[in-house]
Amino acid sequence: MDILSNLALGFSIALSPWTLMLAVIGCFIGTIVGALPGLGPSNGVALLIPITFSMGLDATAALVLLTSVYYGAMYGGRISSILLNIPGDEPAMMTTLDGYPMARAGRAGDALVISGVASFVGALFATIALALVAPMLARVAYLFGPAEYFALYLLAFSTLGGIASKNQAKAALASAIGLGIAMIGLDNSSGFPRFTGGNLHLADGVDFLVAIVGLFAVSEVFVFIESHGKGSAIGVKLDRVTIPWRDIWVTRWTMLRSSVLGFIAGVLPGAGASLGSFLTYMMEKSIAGPKGGFGTGVVKGVAAPEAGNNSAAGGALVPMLTLGVPGSGTTAVLLAVLMTLNITPGPTLFANRPDVVWGLIASLLIANFVLLLMNVPLVKIFVKVLSVPANLLLPGVMMVSFVGIYSLTGSYFDLLLMVAFGVMGWLFRKLDIPTVPVILGILLGNAMENNLRQAMTLSNGEWQYLFSSGISITLWSAAVLGFVAPLFLRRIIKRPATPMEAMGEHEGTPPPKQRTD
Amino acid sequence: MRGATRVNLSKGKGDRLFGVVVVLGALAYANAALNLQVGFLTDPVGSKTFPLLVAGVCLICGLVMVLKPDPDPKFPSGATWGLMAVAVLTLVAYAYMLKPLGFLLPTTVAAAILSYLIEPRAKFAALAGIGLSIGLFVLFRFVLGLGLVGLPRGL
Repeated sequence: MDILSNLALGFSIALSPWTLMLAVIGCFIGTIVGALPGLGPSNGVALLIPITFSMGLDATAALVLLTSVYYGAMYGGRISSILLNIPGDEPAMMTTLDGYPMARAGRAGDALVISGVASFVGALFATIALALVAPMLARVAYLFGPAEYFALYLLAFSTLGGIASKNQAKAALASAIGLGIAMIGLDNSSGFPRFTGGNLHLADGVDFLVAIVGLFAVSEVFVFIESHGKGSAIGVKLDRVTIPWRDIWVTRWTMLRSSVLGFIAGVLPGAGASLGSFLTYMMEKSIAGPKGGFGTGVVKGVAAPEAGNNSAAGGALVPMLTLGVPGSGTTAVLLAVLMTLNITPGPTLFANRPDVVWGLIASLLIANFVLLLMNVPLVKIFVKVLSVPANLLLPGVMMVSFVGIYSLTGSYFDLLLMVAFGVMGWLFRKLDIPTVPVILGILLGNAMENNLRQAMTLSNGEWQYLFSSGISITLWSAAVLGFVAPLFLRRIIKRPATPMEAMGEHEGTPPPKQRTD
Repeated sequence: MRGATRVNLSKGKGDRLFGVVVVLGALAYANAALNLQVGFLTDPVGSKTFPLLVAGVCLICGLVMVLKPDPDPKFPSGATWGLMAVAVLTLVAYAYMLKPLGFLLPTTVAAAILSYLIEPRAKFAALAGIGLSIGLFVLFRFVLGLGLVGLPRGL
């Protein structure tokens, strides 16, 4: 078995005390980041990237740390969903639907434990599936030429925009803006500057880390200034946490089904964890039927989305590692990590750097067990984090962003650019324009253009070459379908009530008694 | 889907305005692309095609936003716009000051202002500024080993 020897290699790297320590630290920071409302996996990883690099960690160590943060944040997102009815991050939104009613009914501890176990099942399934599927997909990826890659990038943009957003025009605009920003700098085939306006600072192009930290972290501060810190930092106390073995047993099939579906949703380029939790919740809701009582605080309603989104988080790593196309916002950020480390994702990664791939997979497996321990018996530590007030937390986030970018680039110009991206992120969020496609555009823009140019050079300028292979035709069709289909599906499938609406339904009942002492 | 609301021009102002900005930006971008310097040896696609495609997509999307705007979000009130402007100015000043003045002083001031903007509690904000500045300096300089300069070089 190839996989076993590969895993053995991975564990020989991941089990060193240094890597193990980084994984534990990453899990801890990640869970905190995930639990804090307003900071999700993408912000968390984005904030830490510049710092990680300034510390001079090597490739494997940096990857282990940052992916542990990623997995940790996926676990942590549920904590504020359940206790505050505020999703700690977007994928945890579905967890509010049953998690918060459970907390109101005095079962906050049970909900946290069940969702923690569900997260573990989902993430473990996904990591194992990743180890099995990724090498296979990597072999398929060898068949990809420039025309296929161009179509694949297009597919990523169209599904990311199509499925994840409410307005196709805005999603497409976000992608195009990102691609447009990527063009800034020296043209790598002619060597002449493009769109720099004569500014020397822009000759190297816009650093994607600056854009990521600006859009994901700095913009958060403006959001909080606008809301005056409302909706965060409510003092929450949790009485005691016991393990509801019966409930966990009852949800075993829910967890497994959701893990499988979530993984598939994660692998699809552009779809990601939010779709995973949405689909799994809807699936379990329809399996249970009206008698299932979904939305009133049932354990399956907590287990399904958590297994789903954690499994999708692992699934999203598959296209990122094998094709270099991220399946979600956070994997886009992780792609930025790889690119900064000079690691080119794709099929060659599996052949040339097995230490990176398998070290990563092994450390994900380890991170899962660490996270289960942190999130079930030790969950009370993270609940305390929720009481950090916004007027301390957000200035802190801002200062960390500045230090990170400054220590990485040492340029005031990049700091100004970061602030500009922060303002842009706030405005886009206000207008409901997704920001993840912008990041994806900046990350993939140059590769996309290069592939187009290479394809055209290979074919001597024949445009038909772009549609000449079976793979590229499939990808083009999927891209068109992924962009157009949601226009129609959106009328048929109604999204379930958002947390706010769900809260409205309970207006008659008294507010939950969260301070138990 | 939202056909009934679209007759009223005052609805969806945000989207319309932004759409106009996008259209103008796309035209400017396309113009810049057309005037790009091109080398002697070029491939069939060249340096201009891809940027022009991107500008085209932006143009279409901008037009769609002008013609079919979504309902407006809740925009902040006048006072809040002022607060956000102060925040941006603070951050810009911080970006310029970080190098000449070192980490500690600008960070204390900037963090305190941001904290005050989020929630106007002066004492808390001042303490948050001092605490964050010292705490983060210790963390970055001594725990993570980043080369931060604490105070202005003259001191």
